[in-house]
Amino acid sequence: MTAVPADHALYAAAALFALGLIGVMVRRNLIFVLMSLEIMLNATGLAFVAGGARWGQADGQILFLLVLTLAAAEVAIGLALLLAVHLRVGSLDADQLSRLRG
Amino acid sequence: MVIAFYIAVAVALLATVLVITGRNPVHALLYLVVSLLAVAVIFLLLGAPFAAALEVIIYAGAIMVLFLFVVMMLTVGSGETAAPLLRPQAWIGPSLLAAVLLIELAAWLALGMPSHGQAHPVAPKAVGTALLGPYLLAVELASMLLLAGLVGAWHLGRPDDSAAPQQQALS
Amino acid sequence: MIWFQNPADWNQLGSVQLDGLWLVPALPLAAFLVLALFGGGIGRRGVAVLGAGSVGLAALVAGSIAVAFLTSMPADGAFTQTLWTWFSVGDLHPAMALHLDRLSLVMMLIITWVGFLILLYSTGYMQDDDGYRRFFVYMDLFVFFMLVLVLAGDLLLLFLGWEGVGLCSYLLIGFWYQDADNGRAARKAFIVTRIGDAAFVAGLLILFTGLGGTDIATLLGQAKAAWPAGSALPVAAALLLLGGAVGKSAQLPLQVWLPDAMAGPTPVSALIHAATMVTAGVYLIARMLPLYELAPAVLTLVGAIGALTLLLSAFAALAQHDIKRILAYSTISQIGYMVMALGVGSVSAALYHLMTHAFFKALLFLAAGAVIQSMNGEHDIRKMGGLWRQRPIAFTGFLAGAASLAALPLVTAGFYSKGMILDAALSAGGTDGRLLWLAGTTGAFLTALYIFRPVFLVFFGPIGIEPTARPGLAMALPILVLSALALGGGLIDVPALLAGFNGPGVQIPATRLVAELIVVGLGLLGVLLAYLAFAARRTSLLPAWLGDWAYTGLGFDWLYHRLILAPYLAIARLVRRDPVDRPFDGLAWTARRGHRLLSATQTGQLRWYASATVLGGVLVVGTVLLLAVTP
Repeated sequence: MTAVPADHALYAAAALFALGLIGVMVRRNLIFVLMSLEIMLNATGLAFVAGGARWGQADGQILFLLVLTLAAAEVAIGLALLLAVHLRVGSLDADQLSRLRG
Repeated sequence: MVIAFYIAVAVALLATVLVITGRNPVHALLYLVVSLLAVAVIFLLLGAPFAAALEVIIYAGAIMVLFLFVVMMLTVGSGETAAPLLRPQAWIGPSLLAAVLLIELAAWLALGMPSHGQAHPVAPKAVGTALLGPYLLAVELASMLLLAGLVGAWHLGRPDDSAAPQQQALS
Repeated sequence: MIWFQNPADWNQLGSVQLDGLWLVPALPLAAFLVLALFGGGIGRRGVAVLGAGSVGLAALVAGSIAVAFLTSMPADGAFTQTLWTWFSVGDLHPAMALHLDRLSLVMMLIITWVGFLILLYSTGYMQDDDGYRRFFVYMDLFVFFMLVLVLAGDLLLLFLGWEGVGLCSYLLIGFWYQDADNGRAARKAFIVTRIGDAAFVAGLLILFTGLGGTDIATLLGQAKAAWPAGSALPVAAALLLLGGAVGKSAQLPLQVWLPDAMAGPTPVSALIHAATMVTAGVYLIARMLPLYELAPAVLTLVGAIGALTLLLSAFAALAQHDIKRILAYSTISQIGYMVMALGVGSVSAALYHLMTHAFFKALLFLAAGAVIQSMNGEHDIRKMGGLWRQRPIAFTGFLAGAASLAALPLVTAGFYSKGMILDAALSAGGTDGRLLWLAGTTGAFLTALYIFRPVFLVFFGPIGIEPTARPGLAMALPILVLSALALGGGLIDVPALLAGFNGPGVQIPATRLVAELIVVGLGLLGVLLAYLAFAARRTSLLPAWLGDWAYTGLGFDWLYHRLILAPYLAIARLVRRDPVDRPFDGLAWTARRGHRLLSATQTGQLRWYASATVLGGVLVVGTVLLLAVTP
């Protein structure tokens, strides 16, 4: 079996990360922002696993597990905040949440 | 089987693009699930079956479902019914992509699960051993993180009784 | 000094010995303090008695001291009374020292006696004024400072008096301060004399740093010993002191303030701007003459300034219509005579003329004041006429003063003093002396002309404005006394008194007779011309264009405005927006702009912040990569 060059998986991870970043910067709806964040975290996890697979060690997958945990906690709180925002402001438009403007 | 890797990557990218450019949050979520599945396949092809399983079970299975619940909660008042979701435009895209992944998976299994990592695939057993060995502390910390997330989410999601607690809830 | 020389006359009053010298300035000072602090509760009568009486008392004391001084002349012809040391800083310890010699004796007598007469006049003249007490407060303060000036043995003390009289002059010119013009005139006087004062201080500093002391007698002695004649230091010091004298005595080029100073009450003009303060410059040069002898070039300049001033201001006096302004220009002109006399080194001639001038100029002012009061405040002589019958006292006074000013022969004091000056100029020899004599003679003709013009216009001819107020006894008495002095004062043998100083005696040698006759003839010619022109009610002898120019004081005010004032105001307008402050404002502006710019980045928009974070991350990572890649 010819091996996939380890770089390619990292390229894929980078591309996914960039896409997620674009989503965070561009989208106005908070749900989409959260989804884009998930994409970014996922891409990070991919990078870890790819690294671990390259060296044939379990560390990559372990770190991926930790990233997963992080993503889970973040999603929980993020969605709770989302609900709170929806309750108070009435819409999920990020541009409307600008009371901290200087 | 190298090509399978690239196909899976392509699927993941395509699905992600469709997520971030989507109009309807539910449609976008579906595409996101597809993207996660594609990444799981990539894990398999890299020789990390444990990670693939985790990806599907936890990420696509729990987190995305949670997303879906919240989205449905938020749009419940807008009068959207299930009808739009059953229209072909809604499900044909994700289904096609998922079908591609299915074919790949089937082919991989048929070919005897070759991995394209540098060495042999990292078995779940090895992962478990490492988790309960050197990474024991990390596991504990992860559990505390989850606890914090739990408490925070519960607190934030509490219904408010009066104006004053409302202010405190947001801080 | 005929009747002064008999001490028996004074025994009844008790004589004050030389040690009582300090009383002379102290009496007006005490009156000033009492009037200023408690004068409110004294009443008009009390104010008058205290105000005028204090100076009268000082006059008596001065007279007694004069007798004592002359009968028992102290050694070196000088008596010094040191009261205390003013202060002591490093090498500088000026003393409060009063120095009495013949020069300061004459000055002291003039100040106290003429001052008393004028103050007596004021008790009547200022009767209807609300500022009655304030007037006497200022006048007494002035007399005090003037006495300090002439009696000072220390140059710094002299300067104290110098500045003090400047202050009082300002206060008194602007006495009726409710009218803004008076305030302007007062400021003009103060500022112009300030220029002179600055020169004075510079000269004083040169003397102090060069000779190491401020006592006048010591300075003069050391200057003679240490500095060679014609060297830079005495020339500089003499020149600068001359600057101060020019300012105070209203000579060219600083004469512009005196005509405007006529805005003050007439007694002020009489005392300050005729008899005393304006003569301070003459006194200064006379006092410091040994220094001037070390700088002969400056002495020539002194003479030139005197000659030029006397001619130009006599010319300007011809074109004035305000009776007080005529007298003001006349004062400038007559002081020019005194300065010219100093320029040829004759202190006695200058001082003699100073004394007679004090008599007849004060007389002219007091008489003019009586006229102005009768005319209900009118100053324009063209509107007056025919007063000789109805106001005989004012007429007598004015005529006597005018005669003395025009130096009509033999019967007037002015004849002798002016004659002495012209004689000194001629005997100084050389072309310089002759030129000065020529200037003085021409001036004599012009003087007769310009002073008899108001005589004929105001007192003769048809009646212009009906006279109303009549001068009371308080005003009439000083006028009569001064008339006597203006005519008979020539008998006071000042030159013989000042024989210790340089200068010729009063006898006129036969060889000078021709010159004397020329002067007399020109004077009489001037009177005749005035009679012919003005008795016929012509108002001016000059063609309009010349008259207008002379009326403005020969355009000096215009010149100074164009030369100094206008550029200064232009620069002030230019920097009105404070360009030096702009860079500092620029700092603040930059900070504010920066703040605004940075505030604009705080949009409160989530996506904006996310993008900014991404941008920052990209830049950092990019920089790291670039640095890692480049060798």
